[in-house]
Amino acid sequence: MSNIFNELTIMLAGEAGAGVQSTEAILLSLIKNAGYNVFATKEYMSRVRGGTNSITIRISGDRIFNQNGEPDIFIPFDLNAYERYKNDLSANTLTIADKKVINNENIFDLSFNEIALTVGDKIYSSMVVTGTVCGIIGTEIEDLKLHIIKRFEPKGEQIVSNNIKAAEAGYEEGRKIVKNSEMEIQIKRSNNVRDEILLSGSESIALGALAGGCDSIFSYPMTPGTGVFTALASWATQAGVVVEQAEDEIAAINMAIGAWYAGGRAMVSTSGGGFALMTEGVSLSGMTETPVVIHLAQRPGPATGLPTRTEQGDLNLGLYAGHGVFARAIFAPGSLEQAYELSRHAFEIADKYQSPVIILTDQYLTDVFYNSPEFKLYPSPKKHIIEASEGYKRYDIGQGVLSPRGIPGYGIGRVCVDSDEHDESGRITEDLNGISLKMKNKRFMKLSLLKEAALVPDLYGCDDYETLFVCWGSILSIAQEAVLKFGKKSALLHFKQVFPISGEASDFFRKAKQIIMIENNQTAQFKNLLEHEIGIKIPISILKYNGLQFTAGELYDRIKEVV
Amino acid sequence: MNAKPFDITTDVAWCPGCGDYGLRNIMLDVLADLHLNSENLCFVSGIGQAAKSPQYYDVNYFNGLHGRALPAAVGIKAANPDMKLIVQSGDGDIYGEGGNHLIHTIRRNPDMTVIVHDNMVYGLTKGQASPTSNQGMKTPIQTAGVSAFPFNPVALAITMGATFVARGSVGDKEKTKEVIKAAILHKGFALVDVFQACVSFNKINTHKWYKDNTGYIPEEHQKNDRLKALSLAFSEEPFFLGIFYQVEGIKIFEDFISVYENLHEPLYKRNRNMSVIKEIMDQKK
Repeated sequence: MSNIFNELTIMLAGEAGAGVQSTEAILLSLIKNAGYNVFATKEYMSRVRGGTNSITIRISGDRIFNQNGEPDIFIPFDLNAYERYKNDLSANTLTIADKKVINNENIFDLSFNEIALTVGDKIYSSMVVTGTVCGIIGTEIEDLKLHIIKRFEPKGEQIVSNNIKAAEAGYEEGRKIVKNSEMEIQIKRSNNVRDEILLSGSESIALGALAGGCDSIFSYPMTPGTGVFTALASWATQAGVVVEQAEDEIAAINMAIGAWYAGGRAMVSTSGGGFALMTEGVSLSGMTETPVVIHLAQRPGPATGLPTRTEQGDLNLGLYAGHGVFARAIFAPGSLEQAYELSRHAFEIADKYQSPVIILTDQYLTDVFYNSPEFKLYPSPKKHIIEASEGYKRYDIGQGVLSPRGIPGYGIGRVCVDSDEHDESGRITEDLNGISLKMKNKRFMKLSLLKEAALVPDLYGCDDYETLFVCWGSILSIAQEAVLKFGKKSALLHFKQVFPISGEASDFFRKAKQIIMIENNQTAQFKNLLEHEIGIKIPISILKYNGLQFTAGELYDRIKEVV
Repeated sequence: MNAKPFDITTDVAWCPGCGDYGLRNIMLDVLADLHLNSENLCFVSGIGQAAKSPQYYDVNYFNGLHGRALPAAVGIKAANPDMKLIVQSGDGDIYGEGGNHLIHTIRRNPDMTVIVHDNMVYGLTKGQASPTSNQGMKTPIQTAGVSAFPFNPVALAITMGATFVARGSVGDKEKTKEVIKAAILHKGFALVDVFQACVSFNKINTHKWYKDNTGYIPEEHQKNDRLKALSLAFSEEPFFLGIFYQVEGIKIFEDFISVYENLHEPLYKRNRNMSVIKEIMDQKK
């Protein structure tokens, strides 16, 4: 067993409410500010108390975007946590636990409960663990103390000093564990990392929305879509965002469309079940040519499914939601930076093309945390609206496919929109072979415009590839790592826009001798779409659909099986 | 000067003799009498014969989905708090398909007026029961007669905390005009249920029936007496007309939105201050 660690993966697990999440919050920022790259994922049961939650933190000198295999260190807070994850460990995993709680000879004893009681109360046990992890990694104890002071100052001196005592005692234990187990932690630190931002996928989507000029959000809470709603609510006053919790998802999307009609730039954030309720609203957006931006964070279905797990199972739902024919665009970010960029872009596309736009993520992407260089700053977005003059017609076909969009109250012209088939002025019509048909064709033409504007997929790896791996959305970094390891004249093609498919996409497939699809769903939904849209055959798909994301190691093994 | 500035000549889809015409005439008079600024006025409706009303005025309008007029109106209010909003739709739209939205829109107390054509039957889909249909009414669907109790919009609105609740009848143009004017001038959520006949599909609740079964709220009624208003709302012999309940000075939906605390400018006039993106990133370091 090599005892030199150039990187380290630590897994903490415990009952919901036992302090795993507060430990996580402190650790991530401390580790990042100590100059290490950090990446964290959560796995949690759909419960507020009880059950078992885990947080896995990977720490590295190099930039990291995913998890890779079993943890080096596992700290279960209780017996259930140990039982739940003991089979996910490797032979080299060092398990650290309170032996009075988990009686197993192979674990390193850390009597955090006892230490916490010495300090004053069992509630300090998670701070003991936080101290221990800092001691193992070797971050400065002073940084932890400063963090504690900042965090607990409002709660009074006693709480601050008890937390510091707990942290110090834990830290000492951590140093001892390193010494006794002969670990050598040699993870490179970098000053650049200290200046980077540390945020989640949900926060990146929300920040991108702000950059896209989002000024209102109407939603109904639903995991894993709630994170974006919460993030925008937390910045509402600072950034000037109207936040309204709707009575249901049907109300949410109709409010958002009403807001866009009146000149706002609104979004909704939801998951599959909530989006299913919104589908009539998607159709309304298409018919009235009123923009709307929808964040659809996928979780496994059908029905309530597995609320806190991940899947790429709602691509077809996003593609076909809404009755009738109308154009839409769907983006699928693969990283925090893409989450920011595409969320911003979604607002521009929705506004410019007066169409519904979906940002399709999943539980995995919304919940990951890692450090990134600051996102790009842009000028304030241009609004695609006009002042309505006398005689203004909302659906003027004389102006091409995209009739200039007026806003009620902005100019003396009337702005009339209708969910019924309508004429140029927005009034109901049943002139089937006249204006009705023209309106249908005008709306359909927007699909061609959206296709022209579609983002080209990104190729990662060598240009003279023979094997082309294809993926979309949140799998990006995992597939990158697995494909890089596989080597052998291969490359990875990642689609960050899954509909419409860019016209340039087919060139990438023509060069490949072998094409392999990687998706986190049961029926290879994107493969089917690509085959239909591009007219290629993709004979091999690597699929996973148990509610968890691939790991790079696992994906590498699956690739070797099929190639 | 045009006596009905919001009138337009257009092809109207209603049956001859429909109560919708009566309410249309009332609305055209009300809009003219109140001298509303047409630029700053917007109608919202759902689906149904009544929901076609905004088509037949010269106004801004959003004719959305069945049952969803109120959420769309809340969205419009959220984006432009100074927009004068009138929702005009039918009993099926607001009380049936949109029932949940009615409850929760009342709770928000946005400054808007909701006028509901209540003819106790579905017209557009040809004669099925509406939430307000009388028990026992036979229809092509409810062939043995309606079994469910009728929905009581006035009582519901009072209990949910609507700040203005009234009922009018197309049969009494002058008094209904005054009720609707008061509703539009009210600051907060105002519901006006308006009785009207459906000459094609409702052979029970005819013009004569409404005349015989309604009466005005006694003049001595204190409009801010919520319990008394509720007891009047439960009366069916007669069904009362007039203003049941009105309370003023209650904070409205728009007043709770922090965005408008210091500046009432609608969202379309604003541009994102992009330095806030940098600020948030700095907080995430």
